[in-house]
Amino acid sequence: MTAGVTLGRRAVTPGRRAATAGGRARPWLYLLPAAAVLVPLFGYPVYMLGLLSVFDYRQAQVSGGQPSTFVGFANYATLLGDGRFWEVLLQTVGFAAALVLATLAAGAALAVLMTRTGPVPRTLLSLAALGAWAAPAMTGSTVWMFLFDADLGLVNQVLGLDGFNWFYDRWVTFAVVGATIVWHSFPLVMLTLYAGIQAIPASVLEAAALDGASAWHSFWKVIVPMLRPLVTIVVIQSVIWDFKVFTQIYVMTNGGGVAGQNTVLNVYAYQTAFGSSEYGLGSAIAVVMTLVLLAFTLVYIRALRRGGEGL
Amino acid sequence: MRFVNYVAAGVAVLALAACAPSTAPAPAGGDEKTGTLRVWLFDEPNRAPKEKVVGEAIKEFTAAHAGVKVEVAYIPTTPARHEKFKGAFNDPASSPDVAEYGNTDLAEYAAAGGFADLGPQLGNQDLTPDLLKSATVDGKQYGLPWFIGIRALYYRTDVFDELKLKPPTSLAELTETARTIREKKPDLYGIAVGGEYTFGALPFVWDAGGDITTLDSPEARKGVKAYTDLLTDDICPPQACVSLTGGKTVELFAGGKAAMAILGNFNRSAVDAGAAAGKYAVVPLPGSAPGSIAPAFAGGNNLGVLKNAAHRTLAVEFVKLLGGKAYQTKMYEAMGNLPTLTGARDELAAKDPFVKPFLDTVAAGTRFVPLDPAWVKIDNSKVIPTMLQKIATGRAGVDAATAEAAAAVKTAFGRS
Repeated sequence: MTAGVTLGRRAVTPGRRAATAGGRARPWLYLLPAAAVLVPLFGYPVYMLGLLSVFDYRQAQVSGGQPSTFVGFANYATLLGDGRFWEVLLQTVGFAAALVLATLAAGAALAVLMTRTGPVPRTLLSLAALGAWAAPAMTGSTVWMFLFDADLGLVNQVLGLDGFNWFYDRWVTFAVVGATIVWHSFPLVMLTLYAGIQAIPASVLEAAALDGASAWHSFWKVIVPMLRPLVTIVVIQSVIWDFKVFTQIYVMTNGGGVAGQNTVLNVYAYQTAFGSSEYGLGSAIAVVMTLVLLAFTLVYIRALRRGGEGL
Repeated sequence: MRFVNYVAAGVAVLALAACAPSTAPAPAGGDEKTGTLRVWLFDEPNRAPKEKVVGEAIKEFTAAHAGVKVEVAYIPTTPARHEKFKGAFNDPASSPDVAEYGNTDLAEYAAAGGFADLGPQLGNQDLTPDLLKSATVDGKQYGLPWFIGIRALYYRTDVFDELKLKPPTSLAELTETARTIREKKPDLYGIAVGGEYTFGALPFVWDAGGDITTLDSPEARKGVKAYTDLLTDDICPPQACVSLTGGKTVELFAGGKAAMAILGNFNRSAVDAGAAAGKYAVVPLPGSAPGSIAPAFAGGNNLGVLKNAAHRTLAVEFVKLLGGKAYQTKMYEAMGNLPTLTGARDELAAKDPFVKPFLDTVAAGTRFVPLDPAWVKIDNSKVIPTMLQKIATGRAGVDAATAEAAAAVKTAFGRS
């Protein structure tokens, strides 16, 4: 949190601009260690992804049966002209938005709860959250799938809904899969916000209480504004995660559900790139996803800055 | 600023070094007459009997060829197999000499240039034209069909006896029988069919005169309708059946939850291990004309020699031995794999009555998926399951769903 505040302050120091050439190079020098890691690990794959997306690159080209040819933006044209892509993109945006809201709500509510309870429930809650966090996405999805199994699932047995197929209706399926994803991702939000709340000086909350603020008010008027930088990070991270969701959908709906009704963008990209061996087209989808996320992040950060908050 | 320049220069160098995505080097095979012959075979849930037969073949082979060893690796049949094969095509050092592969993968492997044309060396073979086609692309034979799997109609003899029903001899009878069973015994599915069971649905389409490439033709629509009519509440309710794969229908029938199912000769052991054991019989899946047989899908595996093989002649000889009549028969005895050689099948029919309905189906003519890399795309993007599921869930009518599927098939072909 402190790092965020410092960065924000430095953004408004125009006097420094008049420094010497050596002074100008200094920030780059500081960036060098990070760049040494990020450029090979992140930059190169992105570069390859962009490169593949402008080639006609399928299995025959990979194994040398046919030469790969440069096709310019043909892959993008195919993609943008495909109604299915837009349908999946919209569905993904809607699903991700719902997930981000649900994850934040669950994480924030439980974080506040943690500050209010005694040590024993708090420990139990953090252990349960850590368990959910530590469960690999594959394992978690499989377990949830068993829980909601039509014939043998615990949920159906407890509710007495023998034979009810939770993965038949589009929205019910999204709800079950969404619950699994929220279960996987709320612990990070919860622990981050809990740590943030703990760092708020008790005197501030005390002052608010003395001024007659209710718990609800002090949450929205005191805690949330003070946690803004943290919330920003958590929101961006959740958006990125939920937009890129893959495992839970792929495992629980067997690759997209009945007639592909639950397909999200990442599953679609995977099926295109690897299932159909259309590596060029698959790369184009991945590039579009990256651009969408980048655009969202930039717009979100700008909006925060306009609102007078630094990241 | 200097750093910016360095970074820019670095990026420029990278861009020059990789101005096109890399491609594998041209295949570099060899024809060594000694050394280790490397063979890839598919792993099986119950591998021991297969390993035993292969071991016998290796013993016979090494006895006839001095200075030759045979090394067998068992590879998974999961989608990971594609990665293994792609690796073998891309890198001669990791390529085997001989490999077993699924015949539906053939077109993709042929397009990738992975397998060698064996036509001239294999010469005249005791195969039906249908089967020969399942190993041939553009007139080149990329392997020897080793065994086939054929689907037919399994039915519960106890249920049929109790309800005084006869095994259906036409599709109309099949539908009627399935409906009667579910009406009289509501805890049973009339027939276990699935929205994701492509090879259960295709015989209906083929029988009606349609094909995968003409899904929006009136004939194909008739076949699609005949199949999706089974995915209804009074036979196999969509809620339960719409996302079933072929494998799941095996479980349903074996578990005693379905009175009929379209299963393969290779599912016999699974059914015998379940509640339906000893209470079932098999007839060919009927076609729409009374007494006819719906064309079955001739799925199976081929033995091929890779272009990257280092021991070409030896590899072909090993394929001839393991794919020959003696070992095809042994593989049937060990694994239940139906032989591809007509002579071997005829002998079998005389010995084992269980194979009769399957062999009758083969004799009536089998069909195959399009021999084109487009098929892998059609299969992987679930074009046919999506079509069936849309109809079964009532989200689209037969005409709309088949038109959409036909468009997807056309796109898949257009881009390959």
